[in-house]
Amino acid sequence: MNKMKEDTIAAIATPYGTSGTGKVRISGPNAIKIGSKIFQASSGKKLLQVESHTAHHGYIVNPEINNAVDEVLAIVMIQPRSFTGEDVVEFDCHGGMVPLESVLELVINNGARMAEPGEFSKRAFMNGKIDMAQAEAIIEVINSKTAKSLSIAIEQLKGGLSEKIEKIKDDAVELLAHLEASIDFPEDEIEGFDSTQLHQRVKKIEEPIKGLLKTAKQGKLYQEGIKTVIVGKPNVGKSSLLNYLLQENRAIVTDIPGTTRDVIEEYINLDGIPLKIIDTAGVRESEDIVEKIGVKKTRNSLKKADLVLMMLDVSQGLTEEDLKVYELIKNKPTILVINKTDLDQEIDLKQLQKKFKEHPLLWISVKEEQGIEELKNTILDEILHENISSDQDVMITKVRHRNALQNALKAVNSLKRALDNDMAHDFLTIDLKDILFHLGSITGETVTEDIVDRIFSDFCLGK
Amino acid sequence: MEKYDNYIYNKIFKKEYDIIVIGAGHAGCEASLAPARMGMDVLTMTVNLDHVAFMPCNPSIGGPGKGHIVREIDALGGEMAVNMDETMIQIRMLNTAKGPAVHGLRGQADKKKYHLRMKKILEEETNIDLKQEIAEVLVVKNNKIKGVISKTGILFKAKKVVITTGTFLKGKVIIGEATFNAGPNQQYPANKLSSSLREIGLNLRRFKTGTPPRINKRSIDFSKMQEQKGENDITFSFDSSPLKRDQVSCYLTYTNQKTHQIIQDNKMRTPLFSGVIEGVGPRYCPSIEDKVVRFPEKERHQIFLEPEGELTGEYYVSGLSTSLPEDVQYDVLQTITGLENAEIMRPGYAIEYDCLNPNDLKLSLETKNINGLFSAGQINGTSGYEEAAGQGLIAGINAALSIKNKEPIILKRSEAYIGVLIDELVTKGTQEPYRMMTSRAEYRLILRQDNADLRLKEIGYRLGLISEKRYQKFIEKKNAIEKTLSFLRDFQVTPTPKNREKLKDLDSGALKKPVKLAKLLKRPEIEYDDLRFFTSKLPDVSKVIKEQVTIQTKYKGYINRQKAQIEQFKRMEDRLIPKQINYDEFENMRLEAREKLKKIQPRSLGQASRISGVSPADISVLMIYIEQKESEKKDGEN
Repeated sequence: MNKMKEDTIAAIATPYGTSGTGKVRISGPNAIKIGSKIFQASSGKKLLQVESHTAHHGYIVNPEINNAVDEVLAIVMIQPRSFTGEDVVEFDCHGGMVPLESVLELVINNGARMAEPGEFSKRAFMNGKIDMAQAEAIIEVINSKTAKSLSIAIEQLKGGLSEKIEKIKDDAVELLAHLEASIDFPEDEIEGFDSTQLHQRVKKIEEPIKGLLKTAKQGKLYQEGIKTVIVGKPNVGKSSLLNYLLQENRAIVTDIPGTTRDVIEEYINLDGIPLKIIDTAGVRESEDIVEKIGVKKTRNSLKKADLVLMMLDVSQGLTEEDLKVYELIKNKPTILVINKTDLDQEIDLKQLQKKFKEHPLLWISVKEEQGIEELKNTILDEILHENISSDQDVMITKVRHRNALQNALKAVNSLKRALDNDMAHDFLTIDLKDILFHLGSITGETVTEDIVDRIFSDFCLGK
Repeated sequence: MEKYDNYIYNKIFKKEYDIIVIGAGHAGCEASLAPARMGMDVLTMTVNLDHVAFMPCNPSIGGPGKGHIVREIDALGGEMAVNMDETMIQIRMLNTAKGPAVHGLRGQADKKKYHLRMKKILEEETNIDLKQEIAEVLVVKNNKIKGVISKTGILFKAKKVVITTGTFLKGKVIIGEATFNAGPNQQYPANKLSSSLREIGLNLRRFKTGTPPRINKRSIDFSKMQEQKGENDITFSFDSSPLKRDQVSCYLTYTNQKTHQIIQDNKMRTPLFSGVIEGVGPRYCPSIEDKVVRFPEKERHQIFLEPEGELTGEYYVSGLSTSLPEDVQYDVLQTITGLENAEIMRPGYAIEYDCLNPNDLKLSLETKNINGLFSAGQINGTSGYEEAAGQGLIAGINAALSIKNKEPIILKRSEAYIGVLIDELVTKGTQEPYRMMTSRAEYRLILRQDNADLRLKEIGYRLGLISEKRYQKFIEKKNAIEKTLSFLRDFQVTPTPKNREKLKDLDSGALKKPVKLAKLLKRPEIEYDDLRFFTSKLPDVSKVIKEQVTIQTKYKGYINRQKAQIEQFKRMEDRLIPKQINYDEFENMRLEAREKLKKIQPRSLGQASRISGVSPADISVLMIYIEQKESEKKDGEN
C-alpha cells in the first residue's frame, strides 16, 4: 500500500482524567527529531541516536529556558515497526493533566501538529498496520472519539470562552466584511477606513486575544513551575515550612547541566501544579534583611516571583524590617503566613489587618502541623486568582486553545506589520482570514459563508 | 431509423450532431464555439437570432472577480474577451489601490455591436449550424441524451446536449401590477422545456432578477452629474491591441430623501412586498425598493448612467433596478438630480424564471442523472454574463472531451475563478442567483487577473483552443518573465556612494551591504524602472512583463504563503473518490454525512470536505472506506 506523505502529529494518548502515568505520543517523519529537541536522557544520549524499541529515562526540558517540565520514560520506535507504521516517540509522563498538557505543548511548539481524533489509528490503517477486519473498529473509534472530544470541547468552551472567542471573531468578521465589500464593490459608496481607524479596529481584535493568552500564562507557569519566594526575618520558620512541604510533596528535582543556582530552589507538587520554591537563603543569617534584599540576586528573585510567601512570627510584633520587606513585595501576589501559632500572640491583629488588608492572611504552626492544608489551598487560590484576575473571567487551559490563540496573535502581528507598511487592503484580508481560521479552530466553525452574509447584511450593495 | 415511442415529432433532421447547444447567450456562445473549434459538429439553437450574445441587463462586462473570469476565458481560448475588445466603448481598471489580486477590468459594451460581432463569429465557424429554433423537448433514452425536439416538430439528434437557457425557462416579467409570460426584454419564453426537464428527473427552482429603466439621452442633464471617463492601454484579452477609439463616458448621480419617500409611499404597489414575486432574488443586485426598505438610514444611493451603445440614445440607469409600477418609476426618476425630465424608453422590470439545482450537476457540468446532458449559465443558478460564459466554455469543452472519451477539464479552486465558481455551485449549491466575488476565492492572491494566461493558457493550448501563434507569443512572454526574474535574483547592487545617493533620492533605506536587485524591488518605494540606475543590463521588457515581475517579486512572501496552503490541501484535492462508490454500504458513517455525500457525489476528498454537514471525522471515515475498497479490489485482482 502506498504510504501517504504525512506531517508529524502528537496527542495525549491516554484517556483524559487523572491517573498514575500518562502517555504523550508523537508520530510522523519528524517525531524523533522533535522528541530529541525536548528530551534530555539521564544517560546523556540523544534520542536521534538510540536504537528502535528502547526505553530511556530522562527529563522533558523546555529548550528555550532550559527548564525541566517532567521526569519521563521515552520510548523510540522507528518506522515501520510502530503502531502507526511511522516513526514514533512516546513519553510516559507523570499522570494528571498538567504535566501531560505541558509536555504536549512543548511537542507542539517544537514542530508537531495536534492530532485529530482517531488520527493515529487512521495512519496505522493507511500504512497497512491494521488489517481489514479491524477497519470497522477504527471507524467506531473515530466516531466515538469525535463524540467524546466534542463533549470535551463543549466542556472546555463552557464558562464564556466560546462567547469571548465569538466576540473577537465577530469584530474580525466585521472588519473583513468591510474590506471585502469595498474590494468586491468598488463602484458602490463604501466609506473606507483610514490608517488610524484600521489600527483601532485591529487593536479591538488584538487586545482580547492577548487577554486570553495572559490567562494562558497559567499553563506556562505549570510548565516552568510557579516561582514562589519565601521571605521573612531570621528564625521565623521559613526553612521548617520548606522542609515540611518538601518531605510531604517532594517533586521532581532536576539536576540539569548548565543551570546554576545561587539561591536554593526546591520543587514541590501541589495538586499537580509544580511550585518552585525559592528560599532567600542568602539573607537568612543577616541582621538586616532590607539591606540584604538590596543585594541584586535576591531582589531579582523577588522581582521574578510569581508568588511571595511572607512569613511573620506570631510571638513578635511587626517590626520596621517587616514593613520595609512588605514595601518591596506588596504589588506581588502575596500571602501573609503567620507562623508559630503555638506560641503566645504578640502581634497586633488590628495593625496586621489594616496594613495587609490586600492580601490573604493565614495562621499556621509548622511545628504542630496546623494550618498547612489551608495554606496550600490558599496558594492554589492565589495562583488561580492571579491568572484569572484583571478583566478576564475566562481562562485558557488547553494546549489546543493556547496554540490556536498564539497562532491568531501571530496573524495579528503580521496584520499590524502590513498596516505599518501601508500594504494594500487585499493583503490585510489575508491576515484577517488567518486570524479567523485560528479562532475558528477553537469554536469549530468556518467563516467563508459568514463573510459573504456579513457583506450583504452590513452594506447596501449592487446595481 | 431509431424509434422514440413516447416522443412526438414530424421529422428527424437529416444530420446527427455531436453537440446541440440550446441557447445562444453568453454561456451558449462559448459552449458552441469551444467544441466547434475542437472539431465537433455543433448545432446552436436560439429563440431569436437577433439576440445572440444579448445583454438584457447592464451594458458592461467585468469588475472584480467577473473581470478575472473574462481573462480566464481568454486564456482558455474563449471568445468573450476578444469580442469585448473588438466592440467596447469604454474600459477602466477598478481597485488599483487595493492590491494586485483585486484589480478588476470593467468595460462598457456596445450592446448591438457586441451581439453582431459574436453572431458573425458563430456564423463563420464552419463547425456550427446556428438556427432560430425553440427547443421544447429533450429526448432521453436509458438515461442518455439523444436529441432535442423543436417547437416546429423537428427532432435534432445529438450525442451531447448543453442547455444554456438563461432566464427563458417559464420566464415571467413583472412591472408593478402588470405581469406577463416573457423572456428577457419581452422575448418569447421557453415554457415547455421546463416540463421536459422535470420529466427527465431534474429539480427546478424559481429565481428572480431585475433590471432598471432605460431612458433617452436627450432627456438627461449630464451637466449636473459627475463624469467618469475611460482609460487607455488596457484590454480584456491578453492578445488584443489596446483600444484605439474615442471612449464614451458614464455619469454619476444620487437618489435623495424625496426619492426614498416616493418608494416608501408606494411600497404596497411593489410586487416585491405585495407578494407577487415568489422567486429568490440576489442580494448583491437589490432593487431600489429593496435598498430603501432594508437600509432606511442611508441618505442616498448611487445612480450610474451607462450608454447602451454608440448607435442608440438609450441609457441604462444602474442602481435603479426595479419592479415598481411604471408610473412610480417616472415619479422616482424625477426626484433625481439630472434626471428631472428623464423620458423612459423601456421600464425597469423583474423577471422570474426556472433554473436547475446545481447540486444535480457534476464538476464537469454534466448532469448526474442524464448521461450526455450538460448545463451552463443562469440556468445553473448563477447571475452575470461572465459567470455564464465561464460555465459555457467548460460545459462545451467537457461535452467535446466526453465524445472523445477523454477526462473532463475540472479547474481547481487554486487554479481559476471558474474553478471556484463551479466547485461552489456543485458542492454547496446556491440559495440565490450566484455572483462571483473575489472574496469567494481562498487563494485570491494566486488567482490574479494579470496572470490568468500563466495559469491557464497551457490548458487552452492543449485543448486546441489557443492557436499556435498565440501560444508562441505566450511562451515568449513566459520566458521573458523567467529571464527577468532570474536576472533580478542574481544581480547584486553594491553600496557604492553613487548607489547610496540614488537610494536616498528615492526615499529608500540606506544600503549597508550588497543586495540583489530583487531585494531592492521588494521595497515599496522602488519600481522596476528605478533599477535601471544600478545596471544598464537590466532587461528592457514590456510594461506587462515589468508588471508581472514586480508583482511576483514585491509580494513573494504573501504569494508563497498561499502556495503553501494550496500544497497542504493538495493531498485532499488529488485524492479521487471511486465513481462506483456506494455510500449506503457505509453503515458506520453518520447518516447526515452519508446522505450529503450520496447527493453531491464529490469527485475528490477535497470537494467532499467542502460539503456543509460533512465533518473532518466523516472524511476520515470516508478515507478508510476508500482504502478498504481499493485494497479489496487489489486483492481480488491478485
